Amino acid sequence: MAKSAGLTAAREKVGRRSADSSKPPRYSAAGLLSRGARKTTWPRVWRDVPLQKTYDVVIIGGGVHGLATAYYLATNHGITNVAVVDKSYLGSGGSGRNTAIVRSNYLTPEGVAFYDRSLDLYNSMSLDLNINVMFSERGHMTLAHTDSALRTMNWRAEVNKLQDINSSVIGPEDVKKLAPSLDTSSDPRYPILGALYHPPGGTIRHDAVVWGYARGADHRGVEMHQKTEVLDILVEGGDGPDGKGPGGKVTGVRTSRGDISAPIVVNCTAGWATLISDMAGVKLPISTRPLQAAVTEPVKVFLPTVVVSGSLHVYVSQTDRGELVFGASVDPFNTYQVRGSLDFTEELAGHVLELMPGISRMRLLRQWAGLCDMTPDYSPVMGFTPVEGFLCDVGWGTYGFKAGPVSGEQMAECVATQQTPKLIEPFRLERFSTGKLVGEKGAAAVGH
Amino acid sequence: MLLVPCPNCGPRNASDLVYKGESHTRPDPNLVTEAEWRSYLYLEDNPAGWLRETWYCRSGCRRYFVLERDTTTNEFRNPPVPGAKIGGKA
Ligand SMILES: Cc1cc2nc3c(=O)[nH]c(=O)nc-3n(C[C@H](O)[C@H](O)[C@H](O)COP(=O)(O)OP(=O)(O)OC[C@H]3O[C@@H](n4cnc5c(N)ncnc54)[C@H](O)[C@@H]3O)c2cc1C
Ligand SMILES: [Zn+2]
Repeated sequence: MAKSAGLTAAREKVGRRSADSSKPPRYSAAGLLSRGARKTTWPRVWRDVPLQKTYDVVIIGGGVHGLATAYYLATNHGITNVAVVDKSYLGSGGSGRNTAIVRSNYLTPEGVAFYDRSLDLYNSMSLDLNINVMFSERGHMTLAHTDSALRTMNWRAEVNKLQDINSSVIGPEDVKKLAPSLDTSSDPRYPILGALYHPPGGTIRHDAVVWGYARGADHRGVEMHQKTEVLDILVEGGDGPDGKGPGGKVTGVRTSRGDISAPIVVNCTAGWATLISDMAGVKLPISTRPLQAAVTEPVKVFLPTVVVSGSLHVYVSQTDRGELVFGASVDPFNTYQVRGSLDFTEELAGHVLELMPGISRMRLLRQWAGLCDMTPDYSPVMGFTPVEGFLCDVGWGTYGFKAGPVSGEQMAECVATQQTPKLIEPFRLERFSTGKLVGEKGAAAVGH
Repeated sequence: MLLVPCPNCGPRNASDLVYKGESHTRPDPNLVTEAEWRSYLYLEDNPAGWLRETWYCRSGCRRYFVLERDTTTNEFRNPPVPGAKIGGKA
């Protein structure tokens, strides 16, 4: 009780109080104007509180997955004695570096059901979190340049339709109507033969999603601790060295700011996932690869949909500011370095110009990279591990941003009920020892 | 991007080679349990530090070889010198 009173006092008002006090306050144009006129600075969006010695749940990783898990633990299950710890700042990993594409036209029925739930949550997110996440449902087009690609598109479209997902294969004429800047002639080396068109797909503002969840979780009493690196996971009674590994039980974590005891620790560290799970003695089928992206100078809006080409290893969308955002497939070898490379830019430029010859004089402004946690079947690893109390929500590869909301919701349920929810059953770690992989490569290798 | 020291061709851009991943000893398929075999197939060490890995020199000598690289700096340890004896077998 004392805690929640302190909470309200500690939090300054950022805007108009919303009608529903269970939600964080709303931002408004009037609030913006009055702050501008009074020249006041904006208050902190989440509290900076001292690190405690114990929590009910410690979540490692302050990206969209960790924050969403915390938010839904507090909102759906009333579990609020939760700390999210991050070695850097919130959103410093893939969550602040991705190209913000969301869609649900995956290849396996398991994947489709899962990602579709995420789109639902994204659809109502601005209202749920009282923050404008700028969801732009602009449509998503995956081009086919070969007969085999076209076959996979047809397969995906049928799997999608069976689950009531708006997804169909269209011909080059319709591609041209949707995106006139694409070269749909037969001149290119890889002519466009058709596309998988998915109208509900689009883009969303990734940093707003991160801050929205952080703010929403904070409002419910969850604590966010930045610059708090996890150095070890405390496990007792396991088969491995130091009592770690299968059969063991988590007792807490050691951080750069001291030990924390907690019966439940959730690993949401994406590219760093195996480093964390090693600390608990749990082996994962994950290798870390950088993924690069780049953005051009802004120009007048001309590209209405997201365009992906698996064969050419490239995808592109245009932001509201007019910049073209490009991405490709992951770098060709494992590394923890996040550096841009000329190989990437060179290949990207060549391939993009093959699709859109008209943009040859545009200039690239920036390029960057983020770490991705790749699994052999391009599906995540979620839920319990052989160490009691140590859960994982990792293996998000190049496609985990769109999965943030549903993963948070399902992981929260997993923690609260101590049972694996149906939606994430297929993604359990056990699948690698039973051989029941969920092959999503056909839908996830390039088209994040 | 990354200059890979091929034992036969010398340093070559990584795009000339194919990265084959971590190099582990393959267990005898006749002796292993199913679980051990699947661990060999799927589980990774993925260290932030020294890693033993297999490369295939696709556009050059077309040989497989094992190198050691620090995944935090991308530096190769004891890079092989062409003309010297070929590095470890894959
Ligand atoms: C260039 C690029 C483009 C992408 N485009 C898309 C896209 O269009 N659509 C899509 O769906 N997905 C996309 N992705 C993938 C997506 O960004 C990720 O899958 C997703 O952001 C993962 O979120 P996360 O919360 O699991 O991890 P992250 O956001 O990576 O967060 C992990 C956090 O863990 C912290 N951490 C690590 N080690 C420790 C430690 N020892 N102690 C404490 N904290 C630690 C890190 O600091 C980091 O903040 C893209 C990725 C990249 C790099
Ligand atoms: Zn060679």
